[in-house]
Amino acid sequence: MKDTANSGAPASNYITTDDLQQAVDAALTLQRPLLIKGEPGTGKTELAIEVARRLNAPLHAWHIKSTTRAQQGLYEYDAVSRLRDSQLGDARVADINNYIVRGVLWDAFVSEQHSVVLIDEIDKADIEFPNDLLQELDQMSFEVYETREIITARQRPLVIITSNNEKELPDAFLRRCFFHYISFPERSTMQRIVDAHFPDIKQDLLSAALEVFFDLREVPGLKKKPSTSELLDWLKLLIADDLPPEALKADDIRTVLPKMHGALLKNEQDVHLFERLIFLNRQQQNKQR
Amino acid sequence: MLLDFHDRLRQAGLPVSLSEWLTLMQGLQAGLGTLDLENFHSFARLCLVKNEAFYDRFDQVFSDYWSGQAQQFDALLESLDTAIPEEWLKSAKLESLTEEQRAQVEALGGWDALMETLAKRLEEQQEEHHGGNRWIGTGGTSPFGHSGFNPEGIRIGQSAKRQGRAVKVWEQRRFKDLDGSREIGTRNFKMALRKLRRLARDGRPDNLDLDETVRATASNGGLLDIHLRAERRNAIKVLLLIDIGGSMDYHAQLSETLFSAARSEFKRLDTYWFHNFIYEKLWQDNARRHSQHTSTAELIRTYGKDHRLIIVGDATMSPYEIMVPGGSVEHWNQEPGALWLRRLQQAYPHCVWLNPESSQWWDTTPSVRMTRELMSDRMFPMTVDGLQQAIDCLKTPITITSDAEKH
Repeated sequence: MKDTANSGAPASNYITTDDLQQAVDAALTLQRPLLIKGEPGTGKTELAIEVARRLNAPLHAWHIKSTTRAQQGLYEYDAVSRLRDSQLGDARVADINNYIVRGVLWDAFVSEQHSVVLIDEIDKADIEFPNDLLQELDQMSFEVYETREIITARQRPLVIITSNNEKELPDAFLRRCFFHYISFPERSTMQRIVDAHFPDIKQDLLSAALEVFFDLREVPGLKKKPSTSELLDWLKLLIADDLPPEALKADDIRTVLPKMHGALLKNEQDVHLFERLIFLNRQQQNKQR
Repeated sequence: MLLDFHDRLRQAGLPVSLSEWLTLMQGLQAGLGTLDLENFHSFARLCLVKNEAFYDRFDQVFSDYWSGQAQQFDALLESLDTAIPEEWLKSAKLESLTEEQRAQVEALGGWDALMETLAKRLEEQQEEHHGGNRWIGTGGTSPFGHSGFNPEGIRIGQSAKRQGRAVKVWEQRRFKDLDGSREIGTRNFKMALRKLRRLARDGRPDNLDLDETVRATASNGGLLDIHLRAERRNAIKVLLLIDIGGSMDYHAQLSETLFSAARSEFKRLDTYWFHNFIYEKLWQDNARRHSQHTSTAELIRTYGKDHRLIIVGDATMSPYEIMVPGGSVEHWNQEPGALWLRRLQQAYPHCVWLNPESSQWWDTTPSVRMTRELMSDRMFPMTVDGLQQAIDCLKTPITITSDAEKH
């Protein structure tokens, strides 16, 4: 559950915009949680990893699933183990502390260093989940009911929360957060992002690829528009295959599926939609001839 | 300080709370968002707006508020230093221009025309003048003077900072598509439908009830006593009636989206189709609608009162089709559609009507008005907001108005 950021990582290839940087600064200054939303694949989770790396702080990541409960982020009392041990006559049974398992927030609270907490995809959990964390995120302390111990943060960690918008979050929770929506990068920003990831890419290949990519995003009715992470995967494939840029330039997306489209179109229906569009276009072209 | 801005945001329907406002103030005191107006814009948005659906509305209010008085931003910054932050607002009384006025201003013509007019007006004008839209002075919409709004204006004697670029971030309206009144996809539909849930434990007990097991084991002197319970499931039952064919063809995709979202969201969902309005027959299979159908009376007998009834249709037809026996376009109906709708309402008091037609046309179509009355105003547009309202409305039973009782 706990990742520690690698402080000796190579130079960053995460490109931020000014307002995103400001959002992080504000969250640090005013010590409030920062809620990040955005299209899938625009680097919400990456942000937390990057912030931790730049602050040189340990990252405590908590990946939320549909079954995750708020309590699990604080601690869990392992009653079943204790029950089993008691049946076996284990000596550890006498001390309840042996059966309290620390959660991510506990770890972050007792951390000596200033740390970063990532609560990833908070919308996956039950609707009530964010409400259960209100007090803990506000006061940065909680009580361990079983031992009557109160855990308070030594240093308020920076909390970054990501959401994919599958559920609406409660107002009370939102009021306590800063909110930033990562909009889809513009072409110039996208160029910087790609440059940061593939410094050696041939510029003509890149511009041909971006052309195809942005054209593809314009196609109406796509179920899942390709995003930054898909573009990066696709470029990796193109580079690995050492395709000449001409191969892409010839591909008007209205007449052929782009090369390696599997990296861009992740949905069978989208590929079908595409094939139908291409078919229609060819028919039109044939008629014109 | 800035309270005027706060009020305008609230007027525009943005849910800005006091605590969020205080956070903004706290941040400004700490020097956040004070670099320039653009910086302030993104910081204010960070603090006050908690849903990307409101970004566009925020940008519009922001643009409206600051357009005539961008230079007031400096005054705001000064007020932060002195910590007496009210006086600057006095000059904020400056007229803030409407879209219409702006268009007028822009229509005044190019540089040469302006220079000529300026020379003329300097001759004409005898005294000092402030405000208004003609004379040279401060404020107002005249192209001459300063602190006013005129994109092609000439500044005379002003040192304060002015709008730098022609189009500001908040004027680009980049988040227009994200506004809550937008049309909806399956995912958004599901999110809205999910609110309509009633969790209950029923069925076979096959989950370990840990708390109960521990309690029972403890009272059993430490010997294991396992307890099981049923899984929590959404127990809501939904009956969906969808209009198909005719004028509904234009909304086929939208209805299909709702249908697929509802099917994956509710375990107990039954769907029936009808044409234009509800009469004595409905059908489940569109291909065999003429051979296999269910009578509406049987439907009412089959499904219990605890079902939630959602009717989808554009309600656009001739009023005869609702009110008159034999009004149906397809067959001879013994009883009017309104009566059948009334029976359905009595059988399923938790009911709503979703209309895919844009709500701005509702009042112009008599049959929509009639249906709306019959539904006691429980008609909602098929947008994210509309569906949410509908779902909220489903929580309470319908009260049938006496006016409708006559039919």
